[in-house]
Amino acid sequence: MQIDDTDRRLLRHLMADPGLATAELAARAGVTPATCWRRLERLRAAGVIRGTAAVIDWRALGWEVEVSLRFTLDKTAPRAFDDFIAAAREVPEVIGIETFLGRVDLRLNVIARDMRHYKEVYRSRILTLPHIADIEALMLVSTIRDTEALPI
Amino acid sequence: MIDLDATDRALLHALSQDAGQSAGALGRRFGLSQPAAWRRIRRMEEAGIIAGRRIVVDREALGFGVTVFLGVKLATRGRISVDDFERAVAAIPEVQVVQHVLGLFDYRLRVVARDIADFERVLRRRIMTLPGVGQVEANVLLSEERRPGPLG
Repeated sequence: MQIDDTDRRLLRHLMADPGLATAELAARAGVTPATCWRRLERLRAAGVIRGTAAVIDWRALGWEVEVSLRFTLDKTAPRAFDDFIAAAREVPEVIGIETFLGRVDLRLNVIARDMRHYKEVYRSRILTLPHIADIEALMLVSTIRDTEALPI
Repeated sequence: MIDLDATDRALLHALSQDAGQSAGALGRRFGLSQPAAWRRIRRMEEAGIIAGRRIVVDREALGFGVTVFLGVKLATRGRISVDDFERAVAAIPEVQVVQHVLGLFDYRLRVVARDIADFERVLRRRIMTLPGVGQVEANVLLSEERRPGPLG
């Protein structure tokens, strides 16, 4: 589908503030509420807007530790990626799985209640994942910026 | 910190998949009245467990075909360089995520670009010129999957 400047303007405001009601969004983007509604429906129907999702603050739920674990896999095993990802999906503390082209093959975002719990998860559920060649850990200290907004 | 029961966790999980569902629809799904479902959601919002909503878009349809994660090490550390770096990096429109981490790198950045040539431009003109920036490692994102986490 063709995306014009008005669509981009709507998306820019919506990405900056996804909770906006249609009327407020229309006012900020300088279009009528009817136009706004119609354009959003069109963007949704075309799959440009896939939906909205609630953002969970795991720290507010008592999950204090978040670690980014970067893996290189043993690529001599033909199903290394598939096996690893299938096993990682079974670990409840894994909140994200990403694959990469680069020095790192794969990243898991892992949360834990505290450092003791993290150690337990790491030993019993992470180190036991299949085809690991190497692991590096980055422990999250703070998130300075986190947005889905695109510079359109 | 508030305790969540099984119904709260089910609601939270459902909203993290699709925040567009009404309290009425969620209530019917989990055997609650509309006001009861609404009250539970409101309580989780007030406790900061639902930190907000994010809009999920098709990045490629909007012309952003490349997402890269950068690991950045600062060349010089110290209070001033950290503040300068954080302020400058958070102002780059292509940088969606900035996380301060402990480990091999000091910061993790998520950067979006139109294509590899555009990424090179962002890297050279915006990232490599940041105050205090040292070693940078890039990994191109191939796939990503958000997991429900320990809500089940």
